[in-house]
Amino acid sequence: MTHPSVEQVWDWLGEVPDPEIPVITLTDLGIIRDVAWQDDTLVVTVTPTYSGCPATSLINFEIDRALREKGVENIELKRQLSPAWTTDWLTEEGRAKLEEYGIAPPQPAGGPERCPRCGGTDLEKLSQFGSTPCKAQWRCRECLEPFDYFKCI
Amino acid sequence: MADTDKQALLQFLLRMGDNTLILGHRVSEWCGHAPVLEEDIALANTALDLIGQTQMWLDYAAEVQGEGKSADDLAFLRDAWDFRNVLLVELPNGDFGQTLMRQFLFDAWASIMLGRLQSSRDERVREIAEKASKEVAYHVERSADTVVGLGDGTEESHARMQAALDYLYPYVGELFESDAVDAAMAEAGIAPDPANLRAEYDALVGRVLADATLQVPEGAFVHRGGRDGAMHTEHLGHLLCTMQWLQRAYPGCQW
Repeated sequence: MTHPSVEQVWDWLGEVPDPEIPVITLTDLGIIRDVAWQDDTLVVTVTPTYSGCPATSLINFEIDRALREKGVENIELKRQLSPAWTTDWLTEEGRAKLEEYGIAPPQPAGGPERCPRCGGTDLEKLSQFGSTPCKAQWRCRECLEPFDYFKCI
Repeated sequence: MADTDKQALLQFLLRMGDNTLILGHRVSEWCGHAPVLEEDIALANTALDLIGQTQMWLDYAAEVQGEGKSADDLAFLRDAWDFRNVLLVELPNGDFGQTLMRQFLFDAWASIMLGRLQSSRDERVREIAEKASKEVAYHVERSADTVVGLGDGTEESHARMQAALDYLYPYVGELFESDAVDAAMAEAGIAPDPANLRAEYDALVGRVLADATLQVPEGAFVHRGGRDGAMHTEHLGHLLCTMQWLQRAYPGCQW
């Protein structure tokens, strides 16, 4: 029996949207750490974003479903804690998609670089936490709109 | 692993997991009740992180215990005397200021403890600490900022934060107590002796409380009895009544 190649599986996973922020995919997010065949079983290694993120179980379900739809039958999902997920693993494409969607991408400085709506740089933090564990709330003092910022961890 | 070592490791993991479980539950009680929406969301997110960390600690505890139990079994089917959390985390929320003061006093300890655990000789402990410490770094930043904002705020907020500190401070000492379990963990290089974290803790907490214009209470009295299960406060049983209700009323019920 021939398996689909590992590269092919990565491409398929690159089409699975994140359940909370559907404009980016699981590979954009950088949480798929490894894809490998062990005999007839496809082992996909996934790392959680935040330890209590409710999307984690849904993400596993979506991976399983996407691969089954492509005809893969034996799938093992492995959870890997270390190295811990970091926003450095977001792809450039993922960062651009986030900004276009209205979520400022993470910055090493710890705050957004510019307003994702108007590009303004006079910004203030409203709250360290937002609608999901991975986001904080900021506001642009130029266009006065509040926006989500993807926390840098 | 020798049986005594296994027992000590289990107790250590229960202490870590029960601290985050009970505090996570307490903080979640604010959901829908916080003074403003942003704070409500922040508290719910903090609770979520703590429950997530609980899952990691109690998963491992259940494996070490080796009786075929799950993290959920440990969380929902033990009674008060089996819990190993410090008394600090089971205390009622009080007002918003008291909740954030308790959070800060805990976060400061957790940030230092998890930092040390990242060089644990136990690989699993090291991995959990690496993951959790990223979240806790964020928690302590927020709780410290809020303690300073409210402490160095209005006359009313200052008085409430000082009262919260006076009430909670005698519960801090238990975080740094050492017993045979801690000695075994330190000996095995799995976890530090808690007493060795105190100087760093006092420096961090002292700095923040000074910025908050709050006075560290005098007196060395320490409330104890949670981390060895000898005597919890009366509040824990009430908390468990709510937290465990579903599994007690409908055993084995699944989502």
